[in-house]
Amino acid sequence: MSDDLRSAVAAGVLGAETNYRELLQSIVAVARAIFRAKASSIFLLDEESDELVFEAVAGEGSESLVGRRFPSSTGIAGFVLVSRQPLVIEDVLEDPRFSRETAESTGFVPKGLMAVPLLHEELALGVLDRPSEARFTLEEMDLLGLFAGQAAIALDLLQRARRAQATLDDRGELAVLARVAQKLEQRRDEGGAALALLSALERVLE
Amino acid sequence: MTEEPLPAWSLSTEGIERIALPEAWPGEVTREWAWGGATGAGVRVCILDSGVETTHPLVGEVQQSVAISIEGDEVGVEEHDTAGDLCGHGTACAGIVRALAPESELASVRVLGAGFTGSGQVLLEGLRWAVEQGYDVINMSLSTTKQKFASLLHQLADSAYFRRTMLVASAHNMPVESYPWRFSSVISVGSHDRPDPFSYFYNPTPPVEFFARGVDVEVAWTGGGRLVCTGNSFATPHIAGIAALMLSKHRELTPFQLKSLLYLTASNVGGGA
Repeated sequence: MSDDLRSAVAAGVLGAETNYRELLQSIVAVARAIFRAKASSIFLLDEESDELVFEAVAGEGSESLVGRRFPSSTGIAGFVLVSRQPLVIEDVLEDPRFSRETAESTGFVPKGLMAVPLLHEELALGVLDRPSEARFTLEEMDLLGLFAGQAAIALDLLQRARRAQATLDDRGELAVLARVAQKLEQRRDEGGAALALLSALERVLE
Repeated sequence: MTEEPLPAWSLSTEGIERIALPEAWPGEVTREWAWGGATGAGVRVCILDSGVETTHPLVGEVQQSVAISIEGDEVGVEEHDTAGDLCGHGTACAGIVRALAPESELASVRVLGAGFTGSGQVLLEGLRWAVEQGYDVINMSLSTTKQKFASLLHQLADSAYFRRTMLVASAHNMPVESYPWRFSSVISVGSHDRPDPFSYFYNPTPPVEFFARGVDVEVAWTGGGRLVCTGNSFATPHIAGIAALMLSKHRELTPFQLKSLLYLTASNVGGGA
């Protein structure tokens, strides 16, 4: 196993999820501050269950919402995800269903709501939204779109880290190699002997 | 169109009469000529979206509600869908078309709401079904980012174009590749922030071809509700509604002519601000 691969595997897993979570949290916090919103949140699409999951929330509801799930194609966030189109709701004029449904998909009852899809390469990964008391402008929509690009990359990294962790937790051949690489990374100072052993093994296998 | 004219594969001198235009355009094309007195009567507009709430007062009568689904390799077409609108978005688009072209015939083809997985395939099959039905205008305030559907969507868009079905699609205001709005056989629509529903602009630097009202638009929503919304999703049905008006006055227009007429009557061209 090359040093590059060993480092890559280890770096991809060691504390990565925590780092990417913090990155997501930082993105929603900055979005909330710039747009002077009461709250801002990022959802991740769980493809297996076809649900959206709250991954990061800043402001109202931030304590209780992370980890909550709802169907991927209903409500405002769901629509934005499946249609890939940003959506802004400014005012609720007459409101038989909207507040309840939006509360279910955002955690609060906003006066207005802006949601953009988080698109990375071909994938729609989730939705970033921010409720607001003020009117949205086209420039703000463009700005939120730029934030969404950043958030989409962070979500992609988070998913990769989770897959790498899942590989480590597995029982397969690759998992054993990855665990060895991780242990070597943890014992970097005293890893000389182990590395020599691995190099010898590599030569035998060639 | 009730009767499809035969395609002209070549043109001899004797055949020029065969392709005679049914109506000469005036030297100066005005909005009055384009749609003055028109109501959208006789024009079939399809809302390809999340469904339409048929009982909403701002929407009025919906002639047909269809739902598309995929189960395994099978495409399901429920021709009498009673689920209504699963989000509100389709109802919003239908209400905008109704406001601009009050006597147009509205149909809903629901392709959203049955889950995210497979939603690109459902969108594709829904569009295929809608094109086969020969609607005059199809409003698509949605897109897909899946590259594998791009060429099929492209074929469908071109097929619609030559069958006199005008696809009107929302452009993306984010730096991503998505379809079908990027294709030249559809009319792509972005937003401007003026309040006039009949104000629309031609964009000389495509891929977005037209800008229509898309900011602070009062729209119909589910449960008989109304919201004020912003987004290209709401600009698109403005162009669809104006296209329906033009087609109800000039039934012979091909998508090429319709696009030309939209250009000539755009607020920054000949239509006044």
